[in-house]
Formats: sequence, C-alpha cells, structure tokens
Amino acid sequence: MSPSVRLQEMIRVIRSARTQGEERGVIQRECAAIRAQFRQADNGGRSHNLAKLLYVHMLGYPAHFGQMECVRLIASPRYNEKRVGYLGAMMLLDENQDASLLITNSIKNDLAHSSQYVQSLALCTLACMGSAEMCRDLAPEIDRLLRASSSYIKKKATLCAVHIVRKVPELGELFTPAARALLAEKNHGVLHGAVILITELCERNAQTLVQFREAVPELVHIMRGLVTSGYSPEHTVAGISDPFLQVRILRLLRILGRNNDTASDAMNDLLAQVATNTDSSKTAGSAVLYETVLTVMDIKSESGLRVLAVNILGRFLLNNDRNIRYISMTSLQKIVSTDHNAVQRHRGTIVDCLKDQDASVKRRALELSLALVSAINIRSMMKELLLFLSTCPPELKSHAASGIFNAAERYSPSQRWHIDTILHVLITAGADVRDETVPNLIQLITNASQLHCYTVHKLYRALVADISQQPLVQVACWCIGEYGDSLLQGDCEETEPIQVTEDDILDALETVLQSHMSSPATRGFALTATMKLSTRITENVDRIRSIVSIYGSCMDVELQQRAVEYNALFKKYDHMRAAVLEKMPVMDRSSMGQTNGESGGGGVQELEPTKPKQPEMMVAPQPASQVGGGEGGGGHGF
Amino acid sequence: MHFLLLFSRQGRLRLQKWFTPTPEREKKKIIRDMTAMVLARKPKTCNFLHWMDLKVVYKRYASLFFCLAIDDQENELLALEILHRYVELLDKYFGNVCELDIIFNFEKAYFILDEFLIGGEVQETSKQTVARCIEASDMLQEVNVFNVLSTLACC
Repeated sequence: MSPSVRLQEMIRVIRSARTQGEERGVIQRECAAIRAQFRQADNGGRSHNLAKLLYVHMLGYPAHFGQMECVRLIASPRYNEKRVGYLGAMMLLDENQDASLLITNSIKNDLAHSSQYVQSLALCTLACMGSAEMCRDLAPEIDRLLRASSSYIKKKATLCAVHIVRKVPELGELFTPAARALLAEKNHGVLHGAVILITELCERNAQTLVQFREAVPELVHIMRGLVTSGYSPEHTVAGISDPFLQVRILRLLRILGRNNDTASDAMNDLLAQVATNTDSSKTAGSAVLYETVLTVMDIKSESGLRVLAVNILGRFLLNNDRNIRYISMTSLQKIVSTDHNAVQRHRGTIVDCLKDQDASVKRRALELSLALVSAINIRSMMKELLLFLSTCPPELKSHAASGIFNAAERYSPSQRWHIDTILHVLITAGADVRDETVPNLIQLITNASQLHCYTVHKLYRALVADISQQPLVQVACWCIGEYGDSLLQGDCEETEPIQVTEDDILDALETVLQSHMSSPATRGFALTATMKLSTRITENVDRIRSIVSIYGSCMDVELQQRAVEYNALFKKYDHMRAAVLEKMPVMDRSSMGQTNGESGGGGVQELEPTKPKQPEMMVAPQPASQVGGGEGGGGHGF
Repeated sequence: MHFLLLFSRQGRLRLQKWFTPTPEREKKKIIRDMTAMVLARKPKTCNFLHWMDLKVVYKRYASLFFCLAIDDQENELLALEILHRYVELLDKYFGNVCELDIIFNFEKAYFILDEFLIGGEVQETSKQTVARCIEASDMLQEVNVFNVLSTLACC
C-alpha cells in the first residue's frame, strides 16, 4: 500500500465518524500511532505521518509534538520529506516557538542548495515565519540571491527581503542597491516583487524615498508599456495586462508623488492615460482604475486630473457590480471634504444609492448624502433623507436621525421648516433618536414664538394619532402644557383649524399617563403638563385636581413626588399657582449650559429660566422650600 | 495580507494561511469570528467586510468560502482577483476542482498557494508559470519517492 493512500484513508475514516466523540477517538488513536512512528527510525513513511498530523491540526486538535519532526524532516536530504517538513514548519512553528530557531541552519544550507525547488522551499518558509533573529542571520544570503540567480529564485528572494525589512527595518539599507537594479528586470514576477520591496523601503526610510523618486520616469515607462501592450497569454486578465503589477506600480507612484510637485508632474500624463484607456467592465480593470483614482487624489495632481478621477468614481456608482459601487462610495467619502464641488456633481447618483438593496451600500450612501447637504440643496436632500428614514434598516435609523438633525440645524431655511423636519423624524423614527433631542426641540420651539400656535396644533394631532414614540409624546405634552390656550382657541393661520375642547386635551394627557407604553419620564411630562393647564384653562380645573391627587399615591416615586407637590400647590399655595406655572421664557442655549452635542441626560433635564424673581418668591415663605424648592425655578422645570 | 481562510458552508476549516505571527488561541478565535461573520452574510451583499482594523474580502466558490484579510491601504478589488487567481490555479491542477479535492489533497493546495503567494504578497503573476513550477516540483517529488521505494526494496 503506497504511503499517500494511508493519509487519504485516515482522512476518510475521520470524515466518516458520525459524532464528535467518535472523531476524537479516531484522532487520538491516529495521533498515538504517529507519535510512536516519530520515535522510530527512518522508515520511509515519515513525511506521510507528518502530513497526517497536519490534517489533524487543521481540524483543531493539538499537534505540538510534531514540531521536532518538522525540524528533522527539513534536515532530510529527500525532497518529498523536506517539502512536508517545511509545510509543517509554516503551520506549526512561528517565531514565538523555540523550535523555530533550530531550522535556521537547515534554511541556510537549503538556500545554497543545487536544486532551485529546495531553495524555493527555504525562501518561502523564511518569508512566512522567519523571526527577526533568523532574518538578521540570513539577510546576506538573501541579498546574494537577489543579485545572481534565476528569475524563479529572484522573485522569491525579493519577497523574502520584503519580509526581512518588515521584521528588521534597519536591514533595508542592505537591500536598497539590489532593489534599484531589479527595476530593470523584464520578468513580471521579479518586477512585481521589486516594486513591493521598493514600496516597503520607501515607506520606512525617508532618505530612501527621496532616492527612489529618481526612479519615477522608469516606473512610468514600465507602466506605459503595460497599458499599451497587446494581449499576452501569460499576463492578460480580462483585457488588462498584468493588473497585479499595474496596481503595485500605481501604489508605489502614489508614495513617491505624495507632497512632491516634480514627481507628481512626471506621472501626470501617465495617470491620465491609464484613467482613460483602462476598460472597467470587469473587476481587473476596475481594480486598476480604483488604484489610479487613489493615486491621483493623493499626489499633487492637476485639477483636470482630479476631476477625471472623481468622474471615474461617479461612473463606478452606476456600475452593475455592487462591489464597485461600494468601493466608489468609500472613496468619495474620503474626498468629499477636499473636493466637495466635484463630488456634488454626482449627488443625484449618490442619493439614488440610498435605495440600493445592499445594506453596506446604503450606509455609505447615507454618510455621503449627509456630507453633501448644503444650504442650496437642503430642501430636496431632506426630502430624500426623510424618505430614506422611513424605509431604512433599523441599524441605520439612529445614525440617519442624528444626521438629519445636524443638517437641519445648520441649513434650515426657516424655523417652521426646521420644526416640521424634526417632527417628521420623531414621528418616523422616534424610538431611535438621542436623548438630547427632546430638550433641543423644546428650546427650538420656545424660540419660534410666532409658531407656537402652529406647533402645538401639529403636536396635538400627532399625539392623538400615536402615543408610542416617547420623544414625540414628551415634546407634545410639554407644548400642550405650555401653549394649551392657543390650542383651545382653535384657529391658527398656518394649519387647518380644529375644534379642541378642554376635555379633549385632558383626555389626551390622561391617556398618556395611563398608557403602559409611556415611560416614567414621559408620564412625568404629562403630569406636569396637566398641572400647567390648570392656569391655562378655565372650566376643568377640578378634573385636573383629581388627576393630580390620584397620582399622589402612585408607585413611581418621581410621579408621586410631583403629584404631592402639585397637590400642595392647589391646597396651600393656590395664590401662587398662577405665578409658578407661568409660561416659560425663551430659553437661550448658552444659559442652559448645554450644546447640541452634549448629552442632556434624559428628557427630564433641569432647565434654568433666566427670571431671577421666581426663586426669591419660593425662598421667602419658609414652608415653600419643602415644596421641592424651585418649582418654576430650577426644580422640575416644567 | 494578514490571513487567508477557506471554509465550508458548515464552517469546517479547509485551509488556513497566516501571514503574521499569531498565537494559536487567537487563530482559533479569528477563525470562529470570520466563519460566523461571513456565513451570516446575505447572498446579495457586496464581498467586503470590516473587522477590527482590517478589510475582509470574501467570495464563495461552490461549497467553499475563500476569505482574505487585508490592510486598510490594500486594494479590495485586486484582493478579489487574487482569490480568483488561486481558484483558477486549483482548478487547473485538479481539473474541475471541488471541495473534496481540497480535503483529501490539502497539502497540495498549500503547495500551490506557496507558489502563488509568499509572505503575504503575490510572487508570480502568470498563471502558466505557477502551473509549470508546481508540475516540476511534483515531478521532483515523484522521482524522490521512486528512489526511496527502490532503496527500501533493495534492503
């Protein structure tokens, strides 16, 4: 029986195990057998035993006892054993294991082996798991291979050098001369590796970067050759000549052209050529175009070229492939602040992407749309954004709501529009807005004094329709409490007149108080609003008195306290009631000590009015201070 | 590139290649996280994810998910091409490759990968060259095995 069948046989047996326990049993037996085999002398099946162990390792079982076997196999003169040994080393050993140092000598010997396939194994392993120490030891060897060997070995040695530079940056100096020379290679594999090596060297050392700027014309020449070359069976992918190499060269050009006018000028024409001639119908071409755009935006390119780049991104937005749409939006997001006008031209397409099926695309479209809102387009953008809000996935609702608020805050054409917008958001996505929305909106409403009538009508209607959205209900209660008299008047020039009686209003507030959907904070709002109405309405004050006294024995401590205080206001301090429950003055944001961005700490936030008279009245009569000092002053504030 | 993972629709790992040193326990955790994240994706979403500070590019080929984690500055579209190129190489080698091929010949899948990528970078951009090198290595291995067996037969 040929040894390799034993491996496949074992795999078959393991796979046919019906339960996890059975599998574990099989594997334990196999591992025991493998361990025994490892201890024996060479029997020709060593590589297969290690391969079996590696399979077991991939299933997630421990395999550390195979480490020494890897070391032994790597030192074997037989190619098949070396191959599996090196594979094992890459899978089981990494630089944190002590055993990894033991293979340094083997690697060193194999780097000088007569067979290039053995050399290749050593190079691959060193590049995969070489520790800093191993890299230091073997760097001169690698440098030697970089200079004088076949293309097959050179390309691997180059990437090995890349690994070494990443591990031990000081060794970069050692490889710089060789790297420069490698740019003259014709072999694509070697050239590709050389470009990566140069990129690494330039990213880590500023002087090397300056040195390699001189190579820009050479790189441009190579790139031009790739772009204009015809079909090559070796390298063409979907009509693009070696996209892997093209992308790496573009990335290197980006690093070299950054913050440098001369270098950027030298590559300007080439970038324009790549941008216009690359076919983006397949991913390969799009990858090259994408990298080109990134490069153009990062170097000091002419404005014409920048516009060309943004237009490419705009075209990507219309691509059928959603990956390309996603990439385009990520890139547009990065440049929207620097090239705002250019991106604005594609606003229509971006807004259309709000309706895309893909959630990631939707998210990107939302962020971009918010970034593109300006004073000129605020009305049309807001329509789209509000439409989006009503249909967007739940994880985006909160972000969309706060984005809309910010945009409305900065660009609203009128106060009424602003209030309407916020109300719309509260109706559509009330559950997802941040806590400070409520005090912010209240502050906004008090500032728009000519709109009080309009606002309270709208809010009343919304409240009657739906009491589940807490922020909306809270604002509505507050407004009704404050401006209930306007509501009762019935006519308001900006909205349809409706007949509202005092009972209607009190019914609405009582519904909120009693509903299990209302949060404790909301009920607090409702109770205070009810109390305030006692000075705004004329007939149903008794009803208010009874509501308030009922809540004097409420289980919720906050409500109870309020009810008790209001009761006291009715009974003992009736003469002060009107003054205490006067209309709130216009709130100045700075006097509240909070700004839009800071957390208001919940809807029931202390709001200090600017009237100094109130506190004095409360302090003077001694018992009044027991009434939760500062009713109408600081207290509950509503 | 940080790592390349291949796993089935049931979440069984078929190949793992790590390009940065990672402790064993963390590897297991990453594999669990990746598998969970990628398998949870709906069919009509794009092939890119964000995870920690890395971009994850994944694509499903038949019953296997190919998953590549790249740096923020790397090109995602090119990463898709890299995955595709690897699949093409496997396909050329095994002839209409399927998951079973990769299960029963996992070491060959690694050998092919090691001729295509080294140290987290593409080493050869020509499909034919990679295929030729694998063939040559295989030949060398056959010769070796033959020699070993004939030596054993003589003892």
